[in-house]
Amino acid sequence: MSALLESLFGGLSIGSVLLLSALGLAIVFGLMGVINMAHGELMMLGAYTTFVVQNGLKKTALAEVYIFFALIAAFLVTALIGLLLERGVIRYLYGRPLETLLATWGVSLIVQQFVRTVSWQFVIGLTLFCLLFFGAFWILSRRPDFERIRGWVIGVMLPLSAAIAIVISFILGQTLKLAVTKPWFGTQGVDVTAPRWLRGGLQIAGGYQLPYTRLFIIALTVACVFGVYWFLNKTPWGLRIRAVTQNRSMSSCLGIPTKTVDALTFAIGSGLAGVAGVAVSLLGSVSPNTGQAYIVDTFMVVVVGGVGKLIGSIVAAGAIGTISYIIGSNALGPLVSFSPALKSFFEFFASASMAKVMVFALIIVFLQFRPAGLFPQKGRTVDA
Amino acid sequence: MSGKILEINNLTVSFDGFKAINQLNFSMDEGELRVVIGPNGAGKTTFMDVITGKTKPTEGQVFFKGKNLRSYAEHEIARMGIGRKFQTPRVYLKLTPRENLELSCARSKNVFSSLFGRTSTAEHRTVVGLLETIGLITKADIPAELLSHGEKQRLEIGMLVAQSPDLLLVDEPVAGLTDEETEKVGDLLLALAESHSIMVIEHDMEFVRQIARTVTVLHQGSVLCEGNMDEVQNDPRVIEVYLGKQEEETPEAA
Amino acid sequence: MTIETVESLPEVLPSSNARKQRRSLMVEAAIVLAVALVLLFVIPPILAGLGQGVRINQLGRFLALAIAALGIDLIWGFTGLLSLGHGIFFALGGYALAMYLQLQLPAGQIPEFFTLYGVEKLPWFWQPFYSFPFTLVAVFLIPMVVAAALGYLVFRNRIRGVYFSILTQAALIVFFNFFNGQQKLINGTNGLKTDTATLFGMQVGSSPVIQGAFYTLSVLFLVGGYALCRWLTSGRFGRMLVAIRDDEPRVRFSGYNPTGYKVFVFAISGALAGIAGALYTVQSGIITPKAMDVAFSIEMVIWVALGGRATLIGAIIGALIVNFARTLLSEQFPAFWLFFQGALFLVVVTVLPDGILGWLRREGMNQVRSLLGYPQEIDTYPSLEQDPDVQYERENLGD
Repeated sequence: MSALLESLFGGLSIGSVLLLSALGLAIVFGLMGVINMAHGELMMLGAYTTFVVQNGLKKTALAEVYIFFALIAAFLVTALIGLLLERGVIRYLYGRPLETLLATWGVSLIVQQFVRTVSWQFVIGLTLFCLLFFGAFWILSRRPDFERIRGWVIGVMLPLSAAIAIVISFILGQTLKLAVTKPWFGTQGVDVTAPRWLRGGLQIAGGYQLPYTRLFIIALTVACVFGVYWFLNKTPWGLRIRAVTQNRSMSSCLGIPTKTVDALTFAIGSGLAGVAGVAVSLLGSVSPNTGQAYIVDTFMVVVVGGVGKLIGSIVAAGAIGTISYIIGSNALGPLVSFSPALKSFFEFFASASMAKVMVFALIIVFLQFRPAGLFPQKGRTVDA
Repeated sequence: MSGKILEINNLTVSFDGFKAINQLNFSMDEGELRVVIGPNGAGKTTFMDVITGKTKPTEGQVFFKGKNLRSYAEHEIARMGIGRKFQTPRVYLKLTPRENLELSCARSKNVFSSLFGRTSTAEHRTVVGLLETIGLITKADIPAELLSHGEKQRLEIGMLVAQSPDLLLVDEPVAGLTDEETEKVGDLLLALAESHSIMVIEHDMEFVRQIARTVTVLHQGSVLCEGNMDEVQNDPRVIEVYLGKQEEETPEAA
Repeated sequence: MTIETVESLPEVLPSSNARKQRRSLMVEAAIVLAVALVLLFVIPPILAGLGQGVRINQLGRFLALAIAALGIDLIWGFTGLLSLGHGIFFALGGYALAMYLQLQLPAGQIPEFFTLYGVEKLPWFWQPFYSFPFTLVAVFLIPMVVAAALGYLVFRNRIRGVYFSILTQAALIVFFNFFNGQQKLINGTNGLKTDTATLFGMQVGSSPVIQGAFYTLSVLFLVGGYALCRWLTSGRFGRMLVAIRDDEPRVRFSGYNPTGYKVFVFAISGALAGIAGALYTVQSGIITPKAMDVAFSIEMVIWVALGGRATLIGAIIGALIVNFARTLLSEQFPAFWLFFQGALFLVVVTVLPDGILGWLRREGMNQVRSLLGYPQEIDTYPSLEQDPDVQYERENLGD
């Protein structure tokens, strides 16, 4: 009995993290057909936001409930970055999903390295560069012959402002030394400590303990799923998002601002990644590579779940979570003890990373029967 | 079943409970030119999807030359002799018209014959002949993406013929064409009808009048009526589905 | 008007392009040969003379990577399949050769690392790698078979586009986990070293003869790979690949089954990556599961994107440029390479969608012309009416 409960809970807690991180991705993919390779990095940024919020509130009366502020802050920060990403890059690439994938991968590399190297010196240099370059651009763009000199402007201003920014930040680094050159986070992981009321766990029969952090994540996931469901189904903007998901050009004809819808959806999807990042930060140390660990599992949830239906992602995340847990913890081992071959077979896969091997094989088998996922879209428009 | 090139019994296709095709019965003789009309959403394109194997029937059977098509994939059906022209012209834009036709024309279509096979003189001739027929000989070696809409339509019909199918399914061949081009395509279809069975889906009634012998009207996934142009046009049910209850002479495109 | 008239047409002229094509093919072959000869006999002595012996080794490795880039171009540039999992095939090729080299031991001994994990008997799948011919075949055949199997299982179900990309990436991680976790079978995360192994009595890592031989092999295989890809993409097969890229469903209705084509070309591409992996491994001295790093496999794609998709030459150029840039930049500013690489992805995708070669063909020529004071060429409809070929066809093939 307790073994069953244990594996159910284990699967549920893996599945809930998967679902939480896949939620944003699934919405964005469903709406725009865009696979956001930087989704994992947005999660990582959410986790770092949690770290910052925690440190900021450490000495205050709010220290015990910092996690709620962290949720809000993480959502806002990543939503904002998502918005920037959409406006700055992705909107130029609609209809070219493979290129979008590559571009967002580039973004994810930049974000990772940014978190590693960011320091006051770096920030000052970057701000200076942006001010100089875009400032000059803005001033010159009011000249009537701007289009003609555009190439020259970029060619001159880009190295010039880069050089100024580098020199000044270098001088700053030399004069102020470590105060400005010390990286904020560094390449090492940082640790987020859960508030006191989330430590420990719920004792259940058989001496097994359900950790509170896991329960918190499950509750958070449920809340997010309901939130997203409510937003998509009960609000005017949700209606618009669903309309664009189903028929972009028709929606546009009916006066729905599809561009705003795209930006909004992307921002919400990114914000959900941030929330997932808060959850992830409770599970272990946070490092610039954190996002990479989740991204592929998250994609698998979307592939197995199918596009366009929330329920698909929920079922897929639950199934993948449970199967990973059962295989990874070798829960089937005792059941097949009659056959040594089977037993050693299951033992071979009984680790988190080898469980992935098995799960992938099962996904491939699954796709032989349901290539479009659990809940595929049907109709004449599909694959036109 | 001799003489019937296409026979469809009790066909139903449903998407999540919505019946795009409902209990449809249909048959076509060898060598026939048939026009299928119907208002939007009548199931015309789904009907073609089923015949070409893109969509599998939920219920019922499709027989082509007496063979049930259910178990065949699209490319197998195409090889059996059903060619399809799409609603919007779909040609390979980065290839030239000549290459487009050569691909459709090739007799053996497996990987290794494409690798090692050479285009035979007969195929070469067919391609040049077709380029002539569809009037693209002067533009044979520029990428197809530079062709105009009408030229792409003609190229796609050419590709269809190059496959030398027994049954041609043509979906709205004159959509977006000028009157002159429409007439050209009509002549082309009539010429092809000498040696092929053809099913045309069309909205343009002038065009239907130009080519039609027998017309089938689809409505809500079933056959509403069938007959020659005059019979169909005066059928009160047809007038109703196209125009509501009003009486009017020619039902224009829905 | 009907096609029956075709039979009565006079003998069709063998397209007058044929001769022109043959001549340009000869020119191309001559250029490729010249470049290969330069790479083989001119560059190494010069670099050695400058005391830059390290650079020869680097060049050799990057030429090996360019072979993998050719494979990527074949599936992505021509067929439109974006694989993010080519690291698998690269690593499989590398491991195959490394296993052979590890087994160059006195009879009865097994590679040293096994003893660390208490393994006394050679695992069964190592046995065939005692044989040199088997290894030579395995280097490309194993990746090829794995690629074909994976491709078949995916393409059969018409999984394409980003789904395909994601699945290849997942497969990559699966292989990574597998290789990374199995210390007792293939030394897990430490990988297999090849530089200390001996071949024909010489140490692989330090013998200039062996390294020179592998450099030569890299050049030869690159030329061979280029020729193979040119052949594949020039005929009807190549046009079929383009057709699949542009409109796969349409291909089916023309009576072709794209699955076979895609599996075949994916397998070829995997084989090229395998060869690349083997040549890269012996020149860098080690193969570890890091070759199946997610980032490395995506980077292969950017080589092709930078050089220019569907150009083959572009793939080679892109691979060389990115890798030399990485060497230089990460020597100077290690922290900034990732920024640079990320920016490269963004810039190539947004500003240079056709890559360097595409840009040169389209814009570059015009820029040069305008610099020299010639009017720019403008794309117009070809002036068919003046074309003598067209006139000839008119007269001879008219109704």
